[in-house]
Amino acid sequence: MTFNIASFLVQVAALAVVLAALHKPLGVYLVRVFEGKMSSRPERLFYRLAGIDAGTEQTWSVYLRSVLAFSVVSILLVFVLQRLQGILPGSGSLPGVDPWIAMNTAISFVTNTNWQTYAPETTIGIFVQMTLLAVQNFLSAAVGIVVVVTLIRGIARTRTQRLGNFWVDLARTSFRILLPIAFVASLLMVLGGVVQNFWPADVVNHAAGISQTIPGGPVASQEAIKELGTNGGGYFNANSAHPFENPNPFISLFEVFLLLLIPSALPYAFGRIVGDQKQGYTVAAVMGTLWLASVSLMGWAVASGQGTATAAAGGLGEGFEQRFGPVQGAIFAASTTLTSTGAVNTAHDSLPPLAGGVAMVNMMLGEVAPGGTGSGLYGMLILSIISVFIAGLMVGRTPEYLGKKIGPTEMKLAAMYILVTPVLVLALAGITVMLPDIITNAPATGPHQFSEVLYAFTSGANNNGSAFGGITTSSPYLSVMMSLAMLLGRFLPVALVLALAGSLARQGKIPASAGTVPTHGPLFGGLLVGVTVILTALSYFPALALGPLAEGLLK
Amino acid sequence: MNTLTGYLRQALTALRFLLAATLVLGVAYPLAVFGAGQLIAPYQANGSIIRDDGGAPAASALIAQASADENGVQDPRWFHARPSAVNWDPATSSASNLGPNDPKLLQAVEANRAAVAAEEGISESEVPADAVTASGSGLDPHISPEYALLQVSRVAAAHGMSPEEVRALVLRHTSSGLEALLGQPSVNVTLVNLDVAASSGQR
Repeated sequence: MTFNIASFLVQVAALAVVLAALHKPLGVYLVRVFEGKMSSRPERLFYRLAGIDAGTEQTWSVYLRSVLAFSVVSILLVFVLQRLQGILPGSGSLPGVDPWIAMNTAISFVTNTNWQTYAPETTIGIFVQMTLLAVQNFLSAAVGIVVVVTLIRGIARTRTQRLGNFWVDLARTSFRILLPIAFVASLLMVLGGVVQNFWPADVVNHAAGISQTIPGGPVASQEAIKELGTNGGGYFNANSAHPFENPNPFISLFEVFLLLLIPSALPYAFGRIVGDQKQGYTVAAVMGTLWLASVSLMGWAVASGQGTATAAAGGLGEGFEQRFGPVQGAIFAASTTLTSTGAVNTAHDSLPPLAGGVAMVNMMLGEVAPGGTGSGLYGMLILSIISVFIAGLMVGRTPEYLGKKIGPTEMKLAAMYILVTPVLVLALAGITVMLPDIITNAPATGPHQFSEVLYAFTSGANNNGSAFGGITTSSPYLSVMMSLAMLLGRFLPVALVLALAGSLARQGKIPASAGTVPTHGPLFGGLLVGVTVILTALSYFPALALGPLAEGLLK
Repeated sequence: MNTLTGYLRQALTALRFLLAATLVLGVAYPLAVFGAGQLIAPYQANGSIIRDDGGAPAASALIAQASADENGVQDPRWFHARPSAVNWDPATSSASNLGPNDPKLLQAVEANRAAVAAEEGISESEVPADAVTASGSGLDPHISPEYALLQVSRVAAAHGMSPEEVRALVLRHTSSGLEALLGQPSVNVTLVNLDVAASSGQR
């Protein structure tokens, strides 16, 4: 398979143009949803059903407790019902899910990671897919969005403790943003060939003497939210490489578009809510620059076709689907790891070493270009605060961001935020490679074995969910370690972001002065790109050197 | 005590919210997509099932259809699909997940290449990459036009057809235009084989 540069440029340009055209109308719509006060009749009915007092706003700590209560209850319910699968309807003859796998899966879907330590076809049936996993696809994406909305409110509001109502925000985000887009997207997917039924089909090719059972299931409805919510958990084991999840190149490009859609519109909503559109444009430009750079780097690394087996085969092919080829593989691989999606249309484990390395770096950047639904923007806002602080040090002024003083409290929260994932990734991967457990579960040899472990924990702690699939994480030890990475990698940052929102909202607005570092424009944008890249490089370079760099450069 | 009841009340709210949301997102939404899908595109929604002349389901147009003997050799009468890590069984799906420098992968690639070269009577350097590498899903129904054309004379001979006839069937199921630009030119082997069977009167 050859890498067609024209095809690459056409698709990257098409994505950039369409997303640029849609980010404003969608951003305006997002603001209307977040800032709206009126509830529709069905929403009021829903609030009554759920027992929510929609009129009250919460402080940051109550908001956080609501996030945590909701997530804990979700994890428990998803876990228990997976265990009971054997007696639930619509599960075929599948038994209850193994407890370690069920725990890992429950945590994985509630944290928006969608790491899949199970093979769906042989582990979970329609009931679990449809009423548990697909529902968490919506809600975990919505949680990410409401958390960033709360941070934006914290920046925009002054002298208040009130930051919104988690339950109302969650319902509005799920029903007014995610549900309608997912519905339209899933119909387009059905038209393109993604299945949506509830039964398998037995087919017999008499001439060739082949009988098959063609699987069925509510795939399109799950596929749409899987991309839109930057979740990534496939209905099938092969994920978006499976012909029923991703039947042709049009749908593949559409899936990349869907997973970038909301994250790329959120900066516009941010600018609008804080009342300074230039802020939103700067953040969007930084995200776009990093996306473009990373996609290009991925294209180059894939096109290089490095690897002894690849050379022996006479070119790329292993792990690629013929209908997509290396161009769509590269664009998908870069975009899925730059967001927190983790869906794959190509087996990442078989990518050339440096391409696998680019995928890891994308996640290590903190998935901020444009990032997961909500989590990408809050990551980028934290990095903005760090950048303001660094710029403030240079000019010797107390740093401020959008009229809010960045004091010791704010800096501690921001610094802890950027330390959480590197610590989790490096500590857990480091401990794991020293244990004998890994030799049987990651059967690769040399630097590639370390890459598989590093990729797994990078993916887990950043809530991505893509994998170097050669590793098996269903053993009790690895299941627990990955669960820890996913849980802490999701909820520690969320807690820090909400605390930051609370701390910023309490302040009054200080007027900009001559010493204020402007947080828009190319200068600040460049600083933000630099800070993002340097922080990542400082944290991860040694680990990368042992894995993908060693494999890619020493040949 | 007060904090405990507070936590319990919060957990109860969470549970009620989750159950109510499940009704909308986990039941109503997939059923609505199902209903609409069956209405506007029943063929696609049900797995793109191709029927034979008698109207019985024969294959899915999107799923590879191949069978191999115990040595992994595909039936020489038909166009071969790409190697599969799951033996083309649609009840599962997977890539090999072997690294690009993995000795096991190198071994598999070399064995595949020798087998293809021997079967088609060509030199090993003429074997295209897609013929010796396992696909991402294990169910890939597509191969490259190069690999398809290599197989034409073998399949034509097995069915008593002329190579031109078979080549025309290959071209009919080769992707083109924008689809081939976005992805790459691909031949749907499942469909070609069904047409070969029909043209040679075996269906």
